[in-house]
Amino acid sequence: MNLDPGRALRQEQSMNAYHFSFCATACAALPSGALHLPEEGVLCVSDLHLGKSERIARRSGVMLPPYEVTETLQKLEADISATNPNRIICLGDSFDDLDAAASLDDDTRLWLARLQAGKTWVWIEGNHDPGPIDLGGAHRSQVTISGLTFRHIATDPHAEISGHFHPKHRVTGRSRPAFLYDETRMIMPAYGAYTGGLASHTPALRQLFNGRTTAILTGHKAIPVPIP
Amino acid sequence: MTTLPPQFEDWFSQRGWEIHPHQQAMLDQAAAPALMLIAPTGGGKTLAGFLPSLMELADGHHVGLHTLYVSPLKALAADIKRNLRTPVAEMDLPIRIEDRTGDTSYTQKRRQRADPPHILLTTPESLALLTSYEDAPRIFKGLQRIIVDEIHALAESKRGDQLMLALSRLQTLAPNLRRVGLSATVENPDAIAAELARHPDPCAIINADPGPDPDIAMLVTQEKPPWTGGGAKYAIPAVLEEVKKHKTTLIFHNTRAQAEIFFHNLWLANTDDLPIGIHHGSLAREQRERVEAAMVAGNLRAIVCTGSLDLGIDWGDVDLVVQVGAPKNVKRLVQRIGRANHRYNAPSKALLVPANRFEVVECVAALEAVKAHDLDGDPKGPGPRDVLCQHILITACAGPFDAHQLFQEIRTVGAYRTLSRAAFDDCLDFCATGGYALRAYDKWKRLLQTADGKWQLRDPRAAQRIRMNIGTIQDTDTLKVRMKGNFKPLGEVEEAFAATLTPGDTFLIGGQVVRYETLKEMTVEVSRRADKTPKIATFMGTKFANSTQLSQRILRMFDQTDWPELPSHTAEWLGLQRKFSKLPEANRILVESFPHEGRHHICVYGFAGRNAMQTLGMLLTQRMEELKLHPMGFVATDYATLIWGLDPVHDPAPLFQPDNIRADFETWLSGNAVMKKTFRGAATIAGLIERNLPQARKTGRQATFSSDILYDTLSKYDPDHLMLRITREEAMRGLVDFGRIEEMLARTAGRIDHLILDRVTPLSLPMFLEQGRIAVAGAGQERLLEEEAARLMQEAGVAAL
Repeated sequence: MNLDPGRALRQEQSMNAYHFSFCATACAALPSGALHLPEEGVLCVSDLHLGKSERIARRSGVMLPPYEVTETLQKLEADISATNPNRIICLGDSFDDLDAAASLDDDTRLWLARLQAGKTWVWIEGNHDPGPIDLGGAHRSQVTISGLTFRHIATDPHAEISGHFHPKHRVTGRSRPAFLYDETRMIMPAYGAYTGGLASHTPALRQLFNGRTTAILTGHKAIPVPIP
Repeated sequence: MTTLPPQFEDWFSQRGWEIHPHQQAMLDQAAAPALMLIAPTGGGKTLAGFLPSLMELADGHHVGLHTLYVSPLKALAADIKRNLRTPVAEMDLPIRIEDRTGDTSYTQKRRQRADPPHILLTTPESLALLTSYEDAPRIFKGLQRIIVDEIHALAESKRGDQLMLALSRLQTLAPNLRRVGLSATVENPDAIAAELARHPDPCAIINADPGPDPDIAMLVTQEKPPWTGGGAKYAIPAVLEEVKKHKTTLIFHNTRAQAEIFFHNLWLANTDDLPIGIHHGSLAREQRERVEAAMVAGNLRAIVCTGSLDLGIDWGDVDLVVQVGAPKNVKRLVQRIGRANHRYNAPSKALLVPANRFEVVECVAALEAVKAHDLDGDPKGPGPRDVLCQHILITACAGPFDAHQLFQEIRTVGAYRTLSRAAFDDCLDFCATGGYALRAYDKWKRLLQTADGKWQLRDPRAAQRIRMNIGTIQDTDTLKVRMKGNFKPLGEVEEAFAATLTPGDTFLIGGQVVRYETLKEMTVEVSRRADKTPKIATFMGTKFANSTQLSQRILRMFDQTDWPELPSHTAEWLGLQRKFSKLPEANRILVESFPHEGRHHICVYGFAGRNAMQTLGMLLTQRMEELKLHPMGFVATDYATLIWGLDPVHDPAPLFQPDNIRADFETWLSGNAVMKKTFRGAATIAGLIERNLPQARKTGRQATFSSDILYDTLSKYDPDHLMLRITREEAMRGLVDFGRIEEMLARTAGRIDHLILDRVTPLSLPMFLEQGRIAVAGAGQERLLEEEAARLMQEAGVAAL
């Protein structure tokens, strides 16, 4: 009998994660697009965009398959159970808009509450969800942990971790959501299921990096690759 | 017999014309509810269609719209407008004729709705849009006739299904509506007539004199055609000679890229500076119009073109048609040749130019099929349900509708005559609620049922978005190309092609070599670059699969003891294949095994057409991976699939067990790129994905990304969803073409010849040079990506990170 269901997951995650050091902090980029700081016990995910399909239906009448919340939370649950963090940071745009946050169904609320049990949970404000949310957890515009600042949109390149841009990077013809980082700044990929992406070579993204920049592709395995 | 009124009689005799028998027949049967005319181009087909309308309108009593004319091409509508206004002006008839297409101005369109002309010339999409307006009942109230031109071309695609659905709507609004179809020669006139008529009305077919058979031959050159490729560069001097010998030559290509390359090379060889132009769908409209005008004015000696010139536009004095590349489909070839020739009762002259050695065989087979009047075509399935979903949404835009009435109306459409109420309700439910197992959109349904049981849009503003997405044409997304610092676009390239470009790459557009500079918003910026040979990565445009009939002919040729009809280089090549291996046979599958460059290769000759052979490649490599034979990749053509891998295949027979193949097919379908592409098409038509947003068009890239994810999510959580069922059915016929794999399995019934050889065989040789190699997905692909990333890290000196 398997008494620790997280164990196999943890092993697999660890095997497929990419371990590196950012601003003197040990980091692991998970293949799912989450960032794990093992020494700080922090798990960070960005741009969940929960409720995106609901918002699209509300505003345009187009009804996308309503499974993206399930898909995203399943992924998050797996990452939490594999890394067992004490603090979880959702790096903004966790909800597609504040109405989407307000109209989550009861099952989803319960599910979130279950994930939050026993953890410190921080919702960072994003441009899509700029106000407090009627769900457990603390609400912040930014947080600093061990000298690393977590905020939604890149503003100050000093040990900064942000999201917002949904970066993607292309290698051998395949484009995948990717972490981008140099010596001072990291931009995380979007974690939500129905999130589009912005190519890493786009000027808006490229100009944010100065030094030697690396992309970490997500997917089956987190794979680092230098950006020319 | 209906006689011509005096003013018509006079007009005919002034021009020294006599009414053609088929024109008379159209007049005599003008009261029929449905009528189809099959006539060659140049036979006064259009006039035959319009004569009854002109006669009915001649007294000036009819108020409002009388006749709708629908053609597949905007250009054709504009062309007909010009041609029709001449007799109307010369006979001084009180008839207003206007066209309405995507190019018509907004004010003009508004005015047309308020005050419709007597004769309106339009396209299926513009017509569907018209039916979506609240005032559709008023616009179409007095409508008497609808003329569907080039109906054989429309009938081949979903555009035809959309048109016939719109017709059922019109018939309800104008019960006296009579339907007329104008068609080129087709293999199944009855099937098309049945789609045109209101079910179960009969539809008489009038056959005009088809004229003499075309004078068609294969261009045989001193130079041997290459082993592979589609450019036919070797034939340029010979083609140029033919251009000089004729007044005006049309040079058709199967893809835009091939047309561009050929045009470029033609100009390099064109030392006499003969005026030669290029025309294809990717060129900017102004550029196309310039070429069209020059053509009509008789200023061009030749025009290099693709299917965009395929339909009956009047090109004046074309006396030679050159088809570069094997025609792949006999019917298309015959129609292409027939249409280009506008000299009634004179044989059309055409030359086929094989682009490579195998195409020599294909061209000869096609020539024989033309001689035998053996046209190809596969029977069409029932009306597609994604088009039906769009039709339901369009209907909702026009106002509240009754589901039962709409269902009855749809059943009068030939292609939907067997539609069950359950299938209709499925589509209605999809339009209203999304049709998901998880009923998540109670609050935000697209369609609501009112107190009186009618269906209507929840938010009337949604109508605008639905209208913007009307249409069934699934062109690949394209990006405009323009010179840096210049506003005027040069043309368009497919987005997938643009994605392969890096700054500095050169490619051809509009006959000139340009250098890729940057991608700015939705535009590819280029600079002029005359000195370099262009890089053309992969192919653009559709590659058609060889038709079943043509494949069968080729196999019958292989059965001959010798080939006097083939040029010696090709006959010798087939002879060598027979000597060193064997030639494929119709009722057996030939599998050759041989080593090459350290890899084990198998070449499977199935002759099932490009799409099916590609699917077969996927299935075989998947099974080989399970058997731990380490397949590395494959490439497919119309006739064979070549697979390479790390281990030899000792016994190929089990690979072709129908049960295995079918089981593998089911597994494979779920995660497959072709399925995703098919899904994207169906989901866009059905209104699940929007193509045109009111503000800015979503970039094709984002659309690709999100539709793939939608496909994955649906497959995971809602595998029985309507869109997935539609996708599966379509893929069976279309790009996946599993139907032809089934046909191959049935035809060969387990008879497999396995030859183990020590080197590459003559017939497999071209496969090695074929583009579009596919790496086997799965573990191998991950490894490839990882290795490349590691190499880049190493190169950057950061391997230790």
